[in-house]
Amino acid sequence: MAEEERPEYWRWPESRWTNPDVDWKAGDIITAGVDVGSVSSQAAIMVDGQLFAYSNMRTGSNSPDSATNAMDWALKDTGMTLDDIHYVVGTGYGRVNVPFSNRAITEIACHARGGNFMYGPTVRTILDMGGQDCKAIRCDERGKVDEFLMNDKCAAGTGRGMEVFADLLSVPIQDVGDMSLDVEEEPEPVSSTCVVFAKTEATGLLREGWPKEKVLAAYCSAMAHRVVTLLERLGVEEDFAITGGIAKNKGVVSRLEAELGITTLEPRYDTQIAGAVGAALFAEALVKKQRKQAGG
Amino acid sequence: MRANYGYTDGSGEWYITIDTNKCDGCRKCEEVCPEGCFAIEVDDYDDEVAMITEVQRKKIKYSCGPCKPVGEEHVEPCHEACPHGAIEHSW
Ligand code: SF4
Ligand code: SF4
Repeated sequence: MAEEERPEYWRWPESRWTNPDVDWKAGDIITAGVDVGSVSSQAAIMVDGQLFAYSNMRTGSNSPDSATNAMDWALKDTGMTLDDIHYVVGTGYGRVNVPFSNRAITEIACHARGGNFMYGPTVRTILDMGGQDCKAIRCDERGKVDEFLMNDKCAAGTGRGMEVFADLLSVPIQDVGDMSLDVEEEPEPVSSTCVVFAKTEATGLLREGWPKEKVLAAYCSAMAHRVVTLLERLGVEEDFAITGGIAKNKGVVSRLEAELGITTLEPRYDTQIAGAVGAALFAEALVKKQRKQAGG
Repeated sequence: MRANYGYTDGSGEWYITIDTNKCDGCRKCEEVCPEGCFAIEVDDYDDEVAMITEVQRKKIKYSCGPCKPVGEEHVEPCHEACPHGAIEHSW
């Protein structure tokens, strides 16, 4: 079929990882976090506070299956099964639909805690740029949320919006950021923050003869500007880090840094796993609490 | 924790803020809000506090928005009801 011949430009690479330095069989507390978002799902497994394995994949049409698939993929070839895991916390928009979870915790709390683990205790401000919305979070040195900001804005500054644009311009999604920086002069950002309107606007610009790079620059810059207003309202206290898929897009990140006059901490892990890691850390704390209570 | 839930309309970007450190879960806001914006639930840190539920968050523009004071006289029912000053609006 003709439709199948067109490359799926929006399709971002899924990933999984296992920590070769962790012998899980010797572990005391094994926990997992599963983050089912609107666009992507992740599972992270922690053994005694160390990250043991994770997976990051596309969310399918139903949340319970996406949770199970992410978990199965994280467990693959590790010899570990779901039964070996003491406690599972679900997070993200599909958090109540994680069939094997013991508790659900919001993605705000999980991103703060995961961000604290992934970027270190100096992180005070975290911007979660997810598949469907963005949240600005301030947290303390233990990764506990002090303040957060979210709003009802639609998908322009998000992963979903980025997928739509990659497809519209026939540019592989991983290349969007770099390509958007390949312009001599920074164009005006597209004016719409709604993805439907932004798409119409971009189509118009292409018709006017704008090169793809320039259209992408205008779009990335609109995305950056959109979250700058959110961050300015919260007040950015450094260190500053970005979690979620858009953190991988240099075109958005560098423009955001320029506009705010700050630098973003360099990620050491896949930025999309922050929520799942935070959930697994919550799970670990809950197991410790249970044991303490049981012990008297 | 200061939880800011926002919406955008023709007149700008507005936020309703609940300071959960001040909130004792007394439910007065839940009782007085004509739009049912609040729910008192156990949060991620095991405190029972006021929050705007996920369902409400998506429609506060239409539910809470119309409660925005226009004259001097009007005081938001939730502000008036909260004994600890835990609720604010950015408008
Ligand atoms: S301002 Fe009015 S509608 Fe909004 S939360 Fe308070 S009482 Fe409810
Ligand atoms: S009225 Fe104030 S203290 Fe009582 S539940 Fe609502 S926010 Fe909390």
